[in-house]
Amino acid sequence: MKKLIIAATFGILFSVTTLLSFTAVASGPSIHLDKANNDLSDKESLKKGFTTYLNYCLGCHQLQYQRYNRTFNDLGIDKDDGVANFMPTGDKIGGHILNTMPENEAAKWFGSAPPDLTLEARLRSPDWIYTYLRSFYIDESRPFGVNNTVFKDVGMPHVLQSLQGVSTLVVHKELDEHGEEHEVSSLSPAMGGSLTAEEYDVVVRDLTNFLEYVGEPNKLERKAIGYWVLAFLFFFFIISYFLKKEYWKDVH
Amino acid sequence: MLMKLATDFMGWIDKRLPVTDAWNKHLAQYPAPKNFNFWYFFGSLAMLVLVNQIVTGIWLTMNYEPSGDGAFASVEYIMRDVDFGWLLRYMHSTGASAFFVVVYMHMMRGLMYGSYQKPRELLWIFGMLIFLVLMAEAFMGYLLPWGNMSYWGAQVIISLFGAVPIIGDDLTLWIRGDYVISGATLNRFFALHVIAMPLVLVVLVFLHILALHEVGSNNPEGVDIKKPKGSVKPEELSKFTFHKQYSEKYDIVDAVPFHPYYSVKDIMGVAGFLFLFCWVMFFAPEGGGYFMEAPNFTPANGLKTPEHIAPVWYFGPFYTILRVVPDKLLGAVAMFGAIVMLFALPWFDRGVVKSVRYRSKLHLVNLIQFAICFVVLGALGTMPATPTANLIGVIASFGYFGFFIALWFYSKNENTKPVPERIAD
Repeated sequence: MKKLIIAATFGILFSVTTLLSFTAVASGPSIHLDKANNDLSDKESLKKGFTTYLNYCLGCHQLQYQRYNRTFNDLGIDKDDGVANFMPTGDKIGGHILNTMPENEAAKWFGSAPPDLTLEARLRSPDWIYTYLRSFYIDESRPFGVNNTVFKDVGMPHVLQSLQGVSTLVVHKELDEHGEEHEVSSLSPAMGGSLTAEEYDVVVRDLTNFLEYVGEPNKLERKAIGYWVLAFLFFFFIISYFLKKEYWKDVH
Repeated sequence: MLMKLATDFMGWIDKRLPVTDAWNKHLAQYPAPKNFNFWYFFGSLAMLVLVNQIVTGIWLTMNYEPSGDGAFASVEYIMRDVDFGWLLRYMHSTGASAFFVVVYMHMMRGLMYGSYQKPRELLWIFGMLIFLVLMAEAFMGYLLPWGNMSYWGAQVIISLFGAVPIIGDDLTLWIRGDYVISGATLNRFFALHVIAMPLVLVVLVFLHILALHEVGSNNPEGVDIKKPKGSVKPEELSKFTFHKQYSEKYDIVDAVPFHPYYSVKDIMGVAGFLFLFCWVMFFAPEGGGYFMEAPNFTPANGLKTPEHIAPVWYFGPFYTILRVVPDKLLGAVAMFGAIVMLFALPWFDRGVVKSVRYRSKLHLVNLIQFAICFVVLGALGTMPATPTANLIGVIASFGYFGFFIALWFYSKNENTKPVPERIAD
């Protein structure tokens, strides 16, 4: 038993130091990101996010690795309902979620072609998407009249403007604890949208939730299996410990 | 009836191929010191991870497409459309990092207990060759998902060969098969990753074990369990039966047969290891962005450099040594030098006492500072280069090389403790 404790201590020590060195090394992003607090098991939220995606995003951004029928299955959308209401481009049900925008032309229109978003949540993180879509502000110097505090000089227009309205960037000066003046910028409350700020946050959260799902459709299944595997290995370890002890009796 | 059939069958085989003899020689009657501790799990674990990589690798190649146009999409196909493809892929990607964790621990064990010293120099050299091939294997494998970090990481590493005087540019061209990293590079890396390197690796592992069994296993005490024939009283001999290859030449003490004693113990190690492994694989397969780096979720793009190109964590120590030297050629020399030093370790250490338990305080301090410097170098390798990081990197690099230099000087006339004749109970 003493050896088991030593081994366990080593294991824990090792994991803790590994984790600590990772966190110590990790250089966090300089931009503050709001927490998306996604819930992948909330199918209603995913469905709403899917709808928002089809209505506002798909025109420019494909999900070239994600299939319609897979999405219907995972989100609990009935096949007939899906074909009738969730397939605006009229593709085959087993097909990928694509649009018809010519890439070369798109690059001319926006400066660079709008990226595929299948893996965007894994590339940038859900929190990034959640904050980004709530960080547009008026900037007349940009081609589409808007800029973004999370992604400076982004080529994308504020597609959800009719819902959120528009903010302006407010720059004011603040004194820090050393008495030095710093420029601090923040966004004014958005004006002129059809939704309140709270309602808009929910729409964006649902959309973020959907994009996290699309980034790794197996995520929930992965974790669900993981608990069983760990439980099995835990018992297997106990049994193997006693097996070892039994054999080693005649050595010690 | 059934037993007799089985015995007859084995008899028939043994007359034609020494299967039972090999089984006894290397497992059931192989004398292993009875005092292996925690650090001795990592050899069998390395074997487990090797098998994991080969088996999952075979299944991954069934759906992977080695081409510039198809590679990235085929990985997503495996992740989404292949039944349990995500599991195979995560087993393989987590396995790559686990391989290095296990191998670094295994090497640390060798350092602590002097397992590289005479007569185990060749055993150590085979181990170092395995490490070298493993690094090449991991580097080539990392290009295959064809993500943007795959691309730029490979770009940086291959450009190192450009620092070689005179032939540098031609050499990089020859490695890439193109003027930039392209589908041609991907195809040859695929061939090397799935056929050439694994074959070499398996042969080297075989030789590593053969060499181990020829000289016998070291142990935490660094005391030899094989005594000259006739020097041990019969009642003090190990009570177990060992293969005549060992027992005819030596009197064997304080040993147990590898199987079943260490096979059951290693099974326990496997269970503990798999628990940690599966924890990462099922709940954090990206390893916090260190096992799978975020820019790799966008396809390779020769026009879009990631903000901060970092090698995968296991190359960190050597990458930092490369980076802290201001000159490119000298940096590459220092990096390869760091590995050469490890190869030459058995000759840097001129001591006769093996285990750190019976060596001088100075050696203990030197070993600890080496381990710390190695971890620090590794952490720095994944961070952006800042002046502070650079300064720490220089200090840690001196610590790394200093270990070998200092060892060479003090090991000749080291103030060691008396080593016991036998392994205590």
